[in-house]
Amino acid sequence: MHELPVTQSILDIALKHAQMNNVTKIHAINLAIGEMSDLENEWIQRYFDYLSKNTIAQGAKLNIERVPVVLRCELCSHTFEVDIKKMEDICCPQCDEKKFALVSGREYYIKDMEAE
Amino acid sequence: MSEIQLIEIKEEILSDNKNLADELRKKLKEEKTFVLNLMSSPGAGKTSLILSTIAKIAGALRIGVLEADIDSIVDSEKVASTGIQAVQLRTGGFCHLDAPMVIKGLDAFDLKALDLVIIENVGNLVCPAEFDTGAVKNAMILSVPEGDDKPLKYPLMFSICDVLLVNKIDYLSLSDFDMNEMKERVIKLNPDITIIEVSCKTGEGIEQWSSWLAREVKEFIG
Repeated sequence: MHELPVTQSILDIALKHAQMNNVTKIHAINLAIGEMSDLENEWIQRYFDYLSKNTIAQGAKLNIERVPVVLRCELCSHTFEVDIKKMEDICCPQCDEKKFALVSGREYYIKDMEAE
Repeated sequence: MSEIQLIEIKEEILSDNKNLADELRKKLKEEKTFVLNLMSSPGAGKTSLILSTIAKIAGALRIGVLEADIDSIVDSEKVASTGIQAVQLRTGGFCHLDAPMVIKGLDAFDLKALDLVIIENVGNLVCPAEFDTGAVKNAMILSVPEGDDKPLKYPLMFSICDVLLVNKIDYLSLSDFDMNEMKERVIKLNPDITIIEVSCKTGEGIEQWSSWLAREVKEFIG
């Protein structure tokens, strides 16, 4: 149920930026969420619809862009995208090393919003 | 009718929480109190580990325990029976602790009189991983009966922890838990993590864990 405070936070940030930009209606909010983070579109939209009632964000659509997990090989610095659900067989496609640093995949931010 | 415009935001969703967590860490540094955030699934042995840790280092460090539970005071009663100050936070249905909750919980302690506060987070491998509590270090327990596949199922949790305690190793002979396979999976997610095998039941590994913790505390509080 951590979607509820997360959704409240999205709404608060969007309303804050709406005020800063003098807009009166928010149509869509675009989020970037890393593949390693849990955020389900269907649930978050449902919570958002509930929380945003009677605000200028009522009816706004949340669009989630999933940012892939990208690893950098500790040995040869090659960066490559992986399917986090298949971590099992991952080794560097260039040198076979199995130690990596995480380049992306933990994103959790609001990119922008469409408003008038 | 006005035109629809694209407004750039580029703001972390949980930035408010993150900022409060950073502020708390700064305050802890000033007050010379180390806070450890201990996470695991329900039943992995958080309370048992806390009790074993207290038994080992309460002579050398002044300890407090912040217990979070959805709705009970069972754990804090157990800890308080050792003579250590325990504060119970009832999260009232919340599945995790965040920085504001921890700040409120820590208010109940006299931090200047403590070297270490251990937070027992809500038993859950999903939500607590998303929320910075303001703790200095994150620890998690994976217990042998849960299986060696957990890093595949909860990658974020394993990737944010500084130390992983593999508890209930006294069960290893009864299970098909593959320790090496599990460690390999964890290191792929988090190459810098420290992994310590323990059994709160037999006491194995508790010495090594307690030394790790005591060293981290001393390093932080100076």
